[in-house]
Amino acid sequence: MLTTDPAGIARFRERRRRVAGEDTARLHELRQLSADVRRSVVRMIDGAQLGHIGGDLSVTDILATLFGGVLAVDPEKPRDPDRDRFILSKGHCAAALYATLAHSGFFPLSELSTFMAPLSPLNGHPNRRKVPGVETNTGPLGHGFPVAVGCALAAKVSGRSYRTYVVLGDGELQEGSNWEAAMTAAHHDLSSLTAIVDRNRLQQGARTEETKRLEPLADKWAGFGWEVRDVDGHDHGRLLSALRPSTTGRPVVVVARTVKGKGVSFIEDRVEWHHKVPDSEQVQAALEELSR
Amino acid sequence: MTADVVSEAAQTYDCRQAFADELIALATEDERIVAVCNDSVGSSNLVRFKELFPDRLINVGIAEQDLVGVGAGLAIGGFVPFVSAAGPFLTGRATEQIKTDAAYNALPVVLCGQSPGLAYGELGPTHHSIEDLSWMRAIADLAVAVPADPAQTRAAVRWAAAHDGPTYLRIPRFKVPSVTPQDAPFEPGRSIQLTDGDDITVMAVGTMVSRALAAAGTLRDEGIGVRVLNMTFVEPLDLDAVLRAARETRGIVTAEEATTTGGLGAAVASVVAQNRPVPMRILGVRREFAPTGSAAFLLEHFGLTADGIASAVRELL
Repeated sequence: MLTTDPAGIARFRERRRRVAGEDTARLHELRQLSADVRRSVVRMIDGAQLGHIGGDLSVTDILATLFGGVLAVDPEKPRDPDRDRFILSKGHCAAALYATLAHSGFFPLSELSTFMAPLSPLNGHPNRRKVPGVETNTGPLGHGFPVAVGCALAAKVSGRSYRTYVVLGDGELQEGSNWEAAMTAAHHDLSSLTAIVDRNRLQQGARTEETKRLEPLADKWAGFGWEVRDVDGHDHGRLLSALRPSTTGRPVVVVARTVKGKGVSFIEDRVEWHHKVPDSEQVQAALEELSR
Repeated sequence: MTADVVSEAAQTYDCRQAFADELIALATEDERIVAVCNDSVGSSNLVRFKELFPDRLINVGIAEQDLVGVGAGLAIGGFVPFVSAAGPFLTGRATEQIKTDAAYNALPVVLCGQSPGLAYGELGPTHHSIEDLSWMRAIADLAVAVPADPAQTRAAVRWAAAHDGPTYLRIPRFKVPSVTPQDAPFEPGRSIQLTDGDDITVMAVGTMVSRALAAAGTLRDEGIGVRVLNMTFVEPLDLDAVLRAARETRGIVTAEEATTTGGLGAAVASVVAQNRPVPMRILGVRREFAPTGSAAFLLEHFGLTADGIASAVRELL
């Protein structure tokens, strides 16, 4: 198990203090965290020569908003019983999660350079046993959501007040287990549960709507008994607002409209960049674009 | 415990009642115990549990993938979930959830396979849970326990709840006599020796243990000494007992209400083949879908009887 990073924890706490403050500082901090995560992701994938760059860059702003401004977690006590639970169900985007966790002090930033190296704790998909901040092992799609439902049920049965957040890929919603979980959450009125769909409209081989149609997606969730919120998944302010707790007593789904590969123009919205690895020139170009 | 005791014991038991009673006793003492089921409140014998602990019985409906995932989530939330469903659906439909959400996460999830083996006889191969021991044994860090009678079922429930990791617990439904001595331990990797004998060792689990004892009684009358071991855990296996049997007796017969492809027999064979080869007979369901028939009929059909075990012992001499 990796150990937490005191300097990172200090940065995490300072960031959270600012994000709790006035609007301009809040958005500046979250954008800064997103930019840091995106640059780390590009370097990690360059180092490993493996990874899922398109989905990592698509989910980054969601992760940065959650860890920068929403989740009641303390990197110093990653297994605190009262912590909010966060699950990345689209586990192939582990690089974005690892980078977000490292920039939040859950483990040292220096570890990111070991991504997918032999014997590194930072496997290609998240491992709860080795990485603080990872609640459950994901990778095979359709696993994280039922586990998140179990976490939310545990809060309800035990009377704890923590909240549970789960990020799902849109293509992942083709797995039937998600809809089993959606029914369970609605049936039990799990208002402490928020699902966020990273709706980038692409999956590994093609657009979702060409592969197996998801639309009308909001109607599907509403039909399953969820409160649906539609939001620009790259707008930190709107994400913060959409991630507020349920007011209806029902579980909340945030359909976050995103762009796969967001932030690197030649990767954006291109299906071939699902897990393509940039060459050295492309890495330089990406890092320059992400530093503007 | 000898074969005589078994033959005198007219009474047989369905272990589901012991499971339910012990789970209720445990839940009364420990607030972390919850039951999770897939519309199987009745068939998992959880009706009384639900009456006593309505908030701690979670029914996810007919949805086995969700069942196991939710169980793992409850463990992450601090509970010790007893995830209960008919064996074939729990282990077949949710194999990947058992691997990823329970075992790879190293969570204290107790997967309770109800009505396993051939218990659902006439309902046919869709409802037979004979592949479960092969499937579950292949998953790292998952304990696989097969109690043989009500006393062991109660001990298994206690052990699994205290175990800091995932367990597959196979709850027998086919009625069995009591076979466990009062002072017998219930520990992973530890078998229970039920008879002395230096000719052949019979290693059995679950419903086959009493039949192994009956076979040993018959063979003793023929002058053949059989060492009967109730293995209890398929994983982790009692390696010492297996190696001792290979050294001290002339052959090993294994018996299980499961396919012969990867359960107890395969586990024992792997150990002896690599350490001290001895002749073996592996009794179980051949790799085929069973014909129509009751559980008792099918056990007979596949030779999973005292006579079948005795014949296998004689073949090895």
